[in-house]
Amino acid sequence: MIILQTDRLSITFGGVRAIDGVNIAIESGQVFSIIGPNGSGKTTLFNLVSGIYTPDDGTVQFAGETVTGLSPDNLARRGLSRTFQNLQIFSRMSVLENVMVGRQRHERTGILADLLHLPAVARQNEATAEAAHAALARVGLASSSDRSAAALAYGALKRLEIARALASEPTLLLLDEPAAGCNPVETQEIEGVIRSIVKDGITVVLVEHDMRLVMNISDRVHVLAHGRTLAEGSPEQVRSDPAVVEAYLGVHGSQEATRAFD
Amino acid sequence: MAELLQFVFSGLTVGAIYALVALGFTLIYKASDIINFAQGEFVMLGGMITVFAAIAGVPLPLAALLAVIATTAIGLALHRFAIAPARGASPVALIMITIGASIFLRGTAQIIFDRRFHSLPSLFGNDPIQFGGAAILPQSLVVLASATVIVILLWLFIDRTFLGKAVIATAANRLAARLIGIDTRRIVDLSFALSAAIGAIAGVVITPIALTSYDVGTLLALKGFAAAMLGGIGSAPGAVVGGLLIGMFEALAAGYLSSNYKDAVAFLIILVVLIFIPQGLFGRAKIERV
Amino acid sequence: MTLRTLLGHRLLPALVVAAIVVALPWFFPSTYYYRIGALVFMFALAVVGLNLLMGFAGQVSLGHAGFVGIGAYSVAIGPVHLGLPSWLCLFAGAVLSGAVAFLVGRPILRLKGHYLAVATLGFGLLVAIVLTNEAGLTGGPDGMSVPRLTLFSWTVRGTETWYWIAGATFVGGFVVAANLMESPTGRALQAIHDSEIAALVLGVDVARKKLAVFVISAIYASMAGSYLALFNGHVTPDVAGFLRSIELVAMVVLGGMGSIIGSLVGSALLVVLPQALTIFHQYEQTVLGLILMVFMIFLRRGIVPSLAAALAGPRK
Repeated sequence: MIILQTDRLSITFGGVRAIDGVNIAIESGQVFSIIGPNGSGKTTLFNLVSGIYTPDDGTVQFAGETVTGLSPDNLARRGLSRTFQNLQIFSRMSVLENVMVGRQRHERTGILADLLHLPAVARQNEATAEAAHAALARVGLASSSDRSAAALAYGALKRLEIARALASEPTLLLLDEPAAGCNPVETQEIEGVIRSIVKDGITVVLVEHDMRLVMNISDRVHVLAHGRTLAEGSPEQVRSDPAVVEAYLGVHGSQEATRAFD
Repeated sequence: MAELLQFVFSGLTVGAIYALVALGFTLIYKASDIINFAQGEFVMLGGMITVFAAIAGVPLPLAALLAVIATTAIGLALHRFAIAPARGASPVALIMITIGASIFLRGTAQIIFDRRFHSLPSLFGNDPIQFGGAAILPQSLVVLASATVIVILLWLFIDRTFLGKAVIATAANRLAARLIGIDTRRIVDLSFALSAAIGAIAGVVITPIALTSYDVGTLLALKGFAAAMLGGIGSAPGAVVGGLLIGMFEALAAGYLSSNYKDAVAFLIILVVLIFIPQGLFGRAKIERV
Repeated sequence: MTLRTLLGHRLLPALVVAAIVVALPWFFPSTYYYRIGALVFMFALAVVGLNLLMGFAGQVSLGHAGFVGIGAYSVAIGPVHLGLPSWLCLFAGAVLSGAVAFLVGRPILRLKGHYLAVATLGFGLLVAIVLTNEAGLTGGPDGMSVPRLTLFSWTVRGTETWYWIAGATFVGGFVVAANLMESPTGRALQAIHDSEIAALVLGVDVARKKLAVFVISAIYASMAGSYLALFNGHVTPDVAGFLRSIELVAMVVLGGMGSIIGSLVGSALLVVLPQALTIFHQYEQTVLGLILMVFMIFLRRGIVPSLAAALAGPRK
């Protein structure tokens, strides 16, 4: 089943066509990676798909429904979740509270009940905390739950964002450079987390620069350059595609080609 | 028709003052991203210091000069002692500092001077000039002329001098400006000093017409800000156009609708602009990048 | 319940405050102090609401006295011009404030930072202007007198009575605010404060939540305004004025943004200060301006959070 699809998706910023006619089709249960040199539009594509930008052209379909131009919170309520490249942590809240916010779309008490702290609210708080704990455990942060989020190390913060996104029980999870700035150990941890997410049937879409991670984990890889699709295929197909190699390394780098992707 | 002309002239006159306040806002905003609520107090100080210096026996031209210099110094002090130490604060925190400064200056003016309204003699007497059936005060022409001269001088400064370019550079990208050797702190100092000077001059020339007192600053700041927003915050021509427009709307509303609600015009305009065209007439919409 | 859960319980601060309300009169040298206490609690009520909006949800309102004014004039205009009982007008005022907040909030809460600040400023000033100009209804710049509150056949009079009413209401408002903070809505608001975009992608209807807290804070302010009017027996348009709005913000800032106990501290300081300076009444604005500047430059977190951090000791 195609869970996410874009059709001739395009957006222009101040004269620059940041995304130009991109078509992608993602099968549910896959790990789908989007790679490309800096400035190729990967995060812009994420922002388009997650409702932060509205495209000038083209459509986005999620779970069979057209969702082009819907707001991010609307998409979240339909089961789409994401993390951020430059981290958007709730720095004033604790680690646990951060993840609890991920449960918002499942929390049913209204504002009046909240103001009066009706028994349903206390029950809701408990259930939310439990689910948040479980999400933290999945990314290996259970022991840090009471710490202030601002006190966490960078790699841990990346995992915190994933836990928070997981807490919303998405069907599709967009991970924007989850391994950026992580050392090899942290990257391996992230890889393990992603694998466990996929085992639960969640479709994962990855934007990444770490080629080792991308090649290890992806079912399909989509290459962007200058806002356009350059290539798509299995990891092996993509790594040996001369056009892809050239985009990353330039013409003279072609000899170094395969080495970069090892 | 004569009535309309009358309103237009009084609107342009007070609009010129709003334009100067708005220019002051814009100058500081461009150089430092700060909305300076004490802008109106500069106008108040220009008028009040002149008045009290004159009462103390200082000849009028000297008193005016004194007022402008003193106000400029106060503007500089505001930056050095209240704003610069708070660098890195959120925009709202900075606004509150400038509001605090505005109230502080107001309160201090109330103590040092007094609570009454004061006037200054007009430069060319009080006999209205007849023009197309409307009566125009000579001082109005002084106000309009002063505003025009200031705008032109400012434009020449920004466009033709190196220092002026440095201001633009700082406004465009602080870090880059510092990297090429511009002392951005001095530039912001300069923007505060210039804004204060402009405000003070505005205060001196408008006092013969509109009088002055310790609390005229607040309303002026708000209307000047409305003008800057209408024109597009960060746009100097926008500030001038915005100021004149608000002055005109105010005068027309006072004349044709109700003079009681003339102050409301500026605030209504603020709300309308912010809701429908937040970037103003000449500004550019900002795109938020995640 | 362990000692730890007891100490961390969301209602503990409210209990402490209730204890303060009850115990304070024992220290009053004369009945005059009941008046000060009543004023402190009334302002603190407005400040709690504003703190929910500013400190907790991270929005800003420089025109909040506008809602205080609506509440204050509701209990004046209602009884005098419409013959309605005061207690009904108190609720009507709160509903009216909420409605106005809803209408005004929808467009302006889309704005951020200094744009939002100025929009709320404009709103507050418009309210003050209307109150000043509609003299037929409001008595104009000199204001109007406010009939006493009567409940059934009991006329509420006396500073002592108002002390208890204001204190009890403040504790109630405190509890409601504490409830909000430890609820899904509260978490959503905090999230919005820290990162609106992250809140959005987690499914939070940001616009709706902001509007909700704006309306709630307006209702708090309105009730405070109604109490002040009924207590003083008289109301003038500057109850909604710019200076009052800034005073409310200063109380939030002083006490500590986001700290509801801080609301009491900030209110107490800024109510007591002018009383202590009555001889130097003219210094009021200078001091207020100075306080705002000093706190926003050096002690941005406010008194209560700074004290709490200092007591907790340096953390690594």
